[in-house]
Amino acid sequence: MSATDMTEIAIVSFAQTNCVGDAGAANEVELIMPVVSEALGKIGLKNAQDVDFTCSGSCDYQQGAAFAFVFGVDALGAVPPIKESHVEMDAAWALYESILKIRMGQAESALVYGFGKSSPGELPIVLSQQLDPYYLAPLFVDNVSLAAMQARQMLEQGVCSEAEMAEVVSNSRRNAAANNPRAQLSGDVSIEDLLKEDQWLAPLRKHDCCPISDGASAMVICTVEKAKEWGVPYAVIRSIDHRIETHNLGARDLTRSVSTEKAAAATGVGDGPVEVAELYAPFSHQELILKRALGLGDDTSINPSGGVLAGNLMMASGLSRIGEVAQRIIDGSIQRGIAHATSGPCLQHNLVTVLEAA
Amino acid sequence: MANLAAVVGIGQTKYQTKRGDVSIAGLVREAAVNALQDAGLGWDDVDAVIIGKAPDMFEGVIMPEIYLTDALGCNGKPMLRVHTAGSVGGSTALVAASHVQSGTFKRVLTVTFEKQSESNAMWALSNPQPFSPHVNAGAGGYFAPIIREYMRRSGAPYNAGIKVATKDRLHGARNPLAHLQMPDITMEQVEESPMLWDPIRFLESCPSSDGACAMVICDESLVGESPKKPAWIRGGAMRSEPTMYAGREEVNPQAGRDCAADVYAQAGITNPRKDFDCAEVYVPFSWYEPMWLENLGFAEEGKGWELTMAGATSLDEGGDIPWNCSGGVLSSNAIGASGMIRFAEAARQVRGDAGDHQVEGAKTALGHAYGGGAQFYAMWVVSSEK
Repeated sequence: MSATDMTEIAIVSFAQTNCVGDAGAANEVELIMPVVSEALGKIGLKNAQDVDFTCSGSCDYQQGAAFAFVFGVDALGAVPPIKESHVEMDAAWALYESILKIRMGQAESALVYGFGKSSPGELPIVLSQQLDPYYLAPLFVDNVSLAAMQARQMLEQGVCSEAEMAEVVSNSRRNAAANNPRAQLSGDVSIEDLLKEDQWLAPLRKHDCCPISDGASAMVICTVEKAKEWGVPYAVIRSIDHRIETHNLGARDLTRSVSTEKAAAATGVGDGPVEVAELYAPFSHQELILKRALGLGDDTSINPSGGVLAGNLMMASGLSRIGEVAQRIIDGSIQRGIAHATSGPCLQHNLVTVLEAA
Repeated sequence: MANLAAVVGIGQTKYQTKRGDVSIAGLVREAAVNALQDAGLGWDDVDAVIIGKAPDMFEGVIMPEIYLTDALGCNGKPMLRVHTAGSVGGSTALVAASHVQSGTFKRVLTVTFEKQSESNAMWALSNPQPFSPHVNAGAGGYFAPIIREYMRRSGAPYNAGIKVATKDRLHGARNPLAHLQMPDITMEQVEESPMLWDPIRFLESCPSSDGACAMVICDESLVGESPKKPAWIRGGAMRSEPTMYAGREEVNPQAGRDCAADVYAQAGITNPRKDFDCAEVYVPFSWYEPMWLENLGFAEEGKGWELTMAGATSLDEGGDIPWNCSGGVLSSNAIGASGMIRFAEAARQVRGDAGDHQVEGAKTALGHAYGGGAQFYAMWVVSSEK
């Protein structure tokens, strides 16, 4: 499943909106169009017809209407018609589908985008409806409460401390302030001050949970040959893999992420130095789980963008993690990094990709 | 270039109004087990699972792959969820095939389903969209004016749709899995059924079904490990266009014509009516048969209804290009699965494994799906020959 013996694929462009708590009257088309235009424009492309394939990720339940993604097609100007697909998943998986399309030779380039407007609903309650519809969903167990249960297990087993969780948050805010003008939350907050705050859904404090954000992100990928033809700098997708694990929370060791461990092994995360890791950890303790599952040491800069604790574009955050790493490779600041995306309660489904300089 | 892939296992459930005897997980597992048995394989032989269904609101389960991984033996493996409106069953098959054709995996399981009895599709399709005018119409109300425009342009006789509705139910009576079993249906009966969205009568509409469809798709190198004949995937294509734009051709959409041209070029199809032995085409409302006969190049523009009326698409009348021998969407409509059922039934035909609705000697077949406002298309060509 490593891409090393396959068509080499390059990330040539990435764009993301600001993470905002409420995009107001802006509809999905208005969230998508600017990032699609920016991602295409950065490399001199004009519209979706200039790439061979387009794939997006979104969730109907955020908009509260079936076929939310159909309106995404309006944002593309798909006239004449385009080769296009959609996953009801984070757009990191739309990237995955696009990579397969390029590997099989049906496309040399692809536009990938994800979008979500979470503000009109109550996201934690909405996400309770992705649980087992007969046994769990009727209880409306929200995803924050499930994450709190996971954090409780970690604390009680001594896998992490509240101070370590607060350190994750402190680092996120500081990194976002230093590096990410699109972040929703940023600043200089000490671990001591964070720990003084009251618990919210114990043992989680509000700052242990990602904010809820509206926005979108977009990316252009292509074969390395095409990137050279276009004459644009690029990051190489060295490998990508994703794994899901059981939905039955009682059957999982919630203090670990077995699926991330598998994806890390399959992608060869440890085969070289990891300068940067962008991890989709919606809750502070989950960053600690992922760091261990990926075998990352203290020499890896984790979430220099601030990660999703600084702003979580539901359905686009995974793609944004990949874009954040790619941009650092494209601008020459690093040679090798990894990105991670997640889906489902308590890190049930995880995607890992290794990116390298050409 | 793409690796060669084939369908080596097909499994379906019986389609019916309500499968109260199984959960959603039970439903998809039933189809998956049937597909694995057909392929002579077990769960461990599958590298990845690709799942598709129409909007999550049809059952009220968000991102159901999260919940269905256990039922589909996917724990520890990759799982992808495709959603491209009504074409999703076809798109899911194509995305599954790309897992193999890209050389990334050797063998995958793909499953699509709908359990319409768990919710109300008409409601899910009709809830108001923010910032958009509210059309409380559902699919039939949306397509009826387009059909009327087709009738006006082509001068087709009023009963071409009635003929299709009758023909597909007679086909469905040959298929024990079909939801509607109407072996004695007559054109008079269809004509007398209530008018729902003029010109679409009750019996010219698809039913609402529960059901699931699954396939095992593998690389050429593993085809020999399954006992039955493979269906080789000779081409696959998808196209999308917006729901509305100035000057949009809604009767004979450009995206459908482009998609067909693409898949025909891949498979070396130059004359679809001659080169195909049969086709499984997404016809949820009767009139879409003559309309798609034209869109897909089986007939000249304005002449599709002539094939229908002459019985060319009828197995019972010995037509030269039978369409929807399984009974089609008009006989079973588990929405998210309906596109994959078309793809799978095309594969069954070229495997010579279609039971009483087999087209004798079928070698090459088209599987077709569409969705949204007739704006999303997925098609594949399968053949008994590489």
